[in-house]
Amino acid sequence: MSSRRSRSRQSGGARITDDQINDLVSKLNQLLPEIRDRRSDKVSAANVLQETCNYIRSLHREVDDLSERLSELLATTDTAQAAIIRSLLSQ
Amino acid sequence: MKTCPKQGSLVALNDNDDKSSTRTKFALRFIRSLMEMKRRGHVSSSSSSSDNDNNHNNNNNISSAVAERSEKIKVAAYSSMAHAVGPRRAWARALIFKLRRRAKRQRVLMKMNRSKSLKKINNKKKLMKKKRAVDYNYQNDDVFSQTDRLRGLVPGGKAMDLCSLFEETAHFINCLATQVKVMKDIADQLSSK
Repeated sequence: MSSRRSRSRQSGGARITDDQINDLVSKLNQLLPEIRDRRSDKVSAANVLQETCNYIRSLHREVDDLSERLSELLATTDTAQAAIIRSLLSQ
Repeated sequence: MKTCPKQGSLVALNDNDDKSSTRTKFALRFIRSLMEMKRRGHVSSSSSSSDNDNNHNNNNNISSAVAERSEKIKVAAYSSMAHAVGPRRAWARALIFKLRRRAKRQRVLMKMNRSKSLKKINNKKKLMKKKRAVDYNYQNDDVFSQTDRLRGLVPGGKAMDLCSLFEETAHFINCLATQVKVMKDIADQLSSK
């Protein structure tokens, strides 16, 4: 396991070309709401990566907030499991 | 030289079927563990009317119970998503592993003096917050420093080559967004009652 890890790390470090990075980054780019909406033609790879990191962080923060909200809601409401599932699946 | 597979995951994850089945699997697992929490009495319904007099005394207890429970819900959410995705994804494997290790560590902490361990956890949390704030301000233009930052954010990212890192990141982001969406839907559903 550890040998596989170190090998893959080596191949990831130096050998990948700029073209490959750009190719992959442009695919990541399509997933980001902020950049996708801005629709500017020239976004640097570093910019996309930074935006990706920020987006992941913001999603984690949303999970934190929603967990708190659900925790409060769970104490005060009494809902049947079936009702929630039904309403979710019907969307 | 190792080449990045052109077809495959980045394309596949745009597939609507795949996405909606992950969504359903996640929702079912997550709701199940929420209800399990409620059933086991982690959620003490404070609605019993006789409690009203003790409300002031209990306020502290209640808020710490809410905090403790929200931590549990958070862990349940990440765990449900990782299991819904399954072991074919490296990030999901890494996340499951991470959560298991964390649970084990917490069981050990529980055995120790409770107040002592709580203090420790709080200190640790403060430290982590500080670290996060520093990290957040760290905005370097360099592609490689950004990639390193990304490695820290995607579970298992430290052991991936660049191709896998980006593909796993894309999949991870999609799943995380789905997770947020479903949690929001459940919360809305609960608060509409």
